[in-house]
Amino acid sequence: MITELGHFALALALAVAIIQATVPMIGAARNNVAWMALARPAALALMGLIGFSFGSLIHAFIVSDFSVVGVYENSHTAQPLIYKISGAWGNHEGSMMLWITILGIFGASVAAFGENLPPALRARALAVQGMIAAGFIGFILFTSNPFLRLDPAPLEGRGVNPILQDPGLALHPPMLYLGYVGFSMAFSFAVAALIEGRVDAAWARWVRPWTLAAWTFLTLGIGLGSWWAYTELGWGGWWFWDPVENASFMPWLCGTALLHSAIVVEKREALKSWTVLLAIITFSLSLLGTFLVRSGILTSVHAFASDPTRGIFVLALLIISIGGSLVLYAVRAPTLEGGGVFAPISREGGLLLNNLFLATACATVLLGTLYPLIAETLDLGKITVGPPYFNGVFVPLMVPLIVTAGVGPLMAWKRGDLAAARLRLAIAAAVALIVIGVSAALQHNNWHDFAAAGGLGLAAWMSLAAITEWWERVKPLQSGAFGRLRHLPRAAYGMTLAHLGLGVVIAGVTASTAWKQEHIQTQAPGDSISFAGYTVTFEGAADFVGPNYSGQRGSFAVKKGERVVATLTPERRVYIQPQQQTTEADILTTPLADIYTVLGDPQADGKSYVTRMYYQPLVPWIWMGVVLMGLGGLVSLSDRRLRIGAPRRAAAKLNPQPAE
Amino acid sequence: MALTRKTRRMYFIGLGLLGLFGGAALMLSAFQDNLVFFRSPSEIAANRPSPTQRLRIGGLVEVGSIAKTGENVTFSVTDNEHVLKVSYKGILPDLFKEGQGVVAEGTMGADGVFAAREVLAKHDENYMPREVADALKKSGHWQEGGAPAKE
Repeated sequence: MITELGHFALALALAVAIIQATVPMIGAARNNVAWMALARPAALALMGLIGFSFGSLIHAFIVSDFSVVGVYENSHTAQPLIYKISGAWGNHEGSMMLWITILGIFGASVAAFGENLPPALRARALAVQGMIAAGFIGFILFTSNPFLRLDPAPLEGRGVNPILQDPGLALHPPMLYLGYVGFSMAFSFAVAALIEGRVDAAWARWVRPWTLAAWTFLTLGIGLGSWWAYTELGWGGWWFWDPVENASFMPWLCGTALLHSAIVVEKREALKSWTVLLAIITFSLSLLGTFLVRSGILTSVHAFASDPTRGIFVLALLIISIGGSLVLYAVRAPTLEGGGVFAPISREGGLLLNNLFLATACATVLLGTLYPLIAETLDLGKITVGPPYFNGVFVPLMVPLIVTAGVGPLMAWKRGDLAAARLRLAIAAAVALIVIGVSAALQHNNWHDFAAAGGLGLAAWMSLAAITEWWERVKPLQSGAFGRLRHLPRAAYGMTLAHLGLGVVIAGVTASTAWKQEHIQTQAPGDSISFAGYTVTFEGAADFVGPNYSGQRGSFAVKKGERVVATLTPERRVYIQPQQQTTEADILTTPLADIYTVLGDPQADGKSYVTRMYYQPLVPWIWMGVVLMGLGGLVSLSDRRLRIGAPRRAAAKLNPQPAE
Repeated sequence: MALTRKTRRMYFIGLGLLGLFGGAALMLSAFQDNLVFFRSPSEIAANRPSPTQRLRIGGLVEVGSIAKTGENVTFSVTDNEHVLKVSYKGILPDLFKEGQGVVAEGTMGADGVFAAREVLAKHDENYMPREVADALKKSGHWQEGGAPAKE
């Protein structure tokens, strides 16, 4: 019964979304206040209906109602409750429900907190949100209905794929979608601004918190996904340049550019039409990501079983939204007034370079991701574009970006002083050079080691430049430091944290890529392997039984010198339903490295096993850095200026410009 | 030095072009040696690739072909037309099963055995790599309705 109500609520939501998409838009065009005002209650109602619908789906998963196809296919009574719940979005239909639920939440928050938005802008932005919602609800209802029933109902479900039964993955899709869908806000505001023909500092200030929130979630979501792949897949890798990973990484690159260019619009009223374009592209890439994942058009380790009609529906949505918004941009962007003028050496100049590198990087990733499709269409053969391509283009683009990111924040707006900045960054530069020297002195077997030394130097540069900027603003050694510490805007702290986090990530990425060690061997109990100062001894494996699986648990003693520092217990599990084998790695995390153990197949003697071990230098730094970046986003989001006050269009009076 | 709008625009365009050309040059050089082609067992039987060329192969894991000695594994990949022997050192991905689709990346050995450096894991057991599905369709052994070994 609840399931039927949920289905009905979803159908009703489609009707509400269509109303929200049309009435306020027409109202804004005709200056009809009542029609425009409809946007807010519609957005709230939409949120309520979608929320109820998704809630009823989760309910069906919790009570294991196997008369619902989705529940039968993706749940099992023996699963722990958390995985029953996460199973609701661990499949195609459910994940789309999650997508629109988040869309509903964002729309409703504009309606609820958008008190100080001009009514016409609010009405139009919400109408665009309504269009997106209508498209996706239609997609769910017509091609991927999660509420389909089975009659008679089976007694037991097929169970969720065991590798997806992981806390990291329970949280990964919601985080990622909060990011993807969050960029729909920037998109809606961009489209609304294009229709209005007006982009100003106030507009940028409304868009920024939404972009910042989306960026923060996407950063954490990608980090979680990477962490899950690292801990769960047992391959010891954290990034594969897989199409689906790229699908989430492209909006991130573009969204990062948007985050930075929106600052220029807010502070200097420059780069307006570029920022609007970025907002459109960022969300378009999020949609493209959804399409790539959902259509199964690219071979990926993440692909869900797919269905061509879905692909065509998403493709149609993609063409309408991306094509439509780009046409609108082409028609309206020339009417946007250009703003503040600035010299190439200035804060704006630095941010522009940031945008240039990020956009180029995003374009190269896009090309690499889509090239197999293009090649196939042109009959050039079946091709895979792998990590060597992405590393080959991505790294050279990131190097100048990081160098710029160190200098940029020290530049003044409008016109900066490079010589002075150079002086202030002397310490950071010196430390970076020392790091390069020390690293090259310790490891110099091949050119990889020198490249890695350079990478560590960049990481040091990035982190120290971020700290230098903060130091200069707070001047901790002079009197009144406490006051400056307190009065420094949260947004400034956010930037410092995020840049510092990026530096930490770079260090982790560099070291783990260059100096990872892999050891695969057959070990009898008592055999040991030594690497990087550690000795790992296989002590044997024993059978065990878990809640919905059974298997063998191995035991490895990890010694550093003569001292036992840990006992690792990786597992080989066989799940009851679906009958599937998984390997659970066990990892010892130290501040400088991970020791990663995997238990493989038993040998004929019943005691020996194939084992795999990795020495992963600085991998923990990657997760630490991602957390710092996310934290930076949250701290910046809590900035007073974003929460209250300023967003009044009155600001436009100071800077008179034609409205159209 | 206050810049006029026009010179500023020139800067933008110059920077944009620089990014475009730089990006294109990087991509072309990276493309040159990093494209990996996909071959089905039949294509390999017809035209043996050189041992230096990295490529991907795919098909179904032949039932009863998996042999493990310690950490070394051999198995056969078939498109139901031709069979290709594959060797791999390490622990196979969790979803690797007889009768299921598989994609492996590596090089063709002089002995006619494909030396896989990577065997791709799939998250979804009902999922068939597209290349494999196409290869099976080509050899005329495709059963409509997805993976043959569906549970």
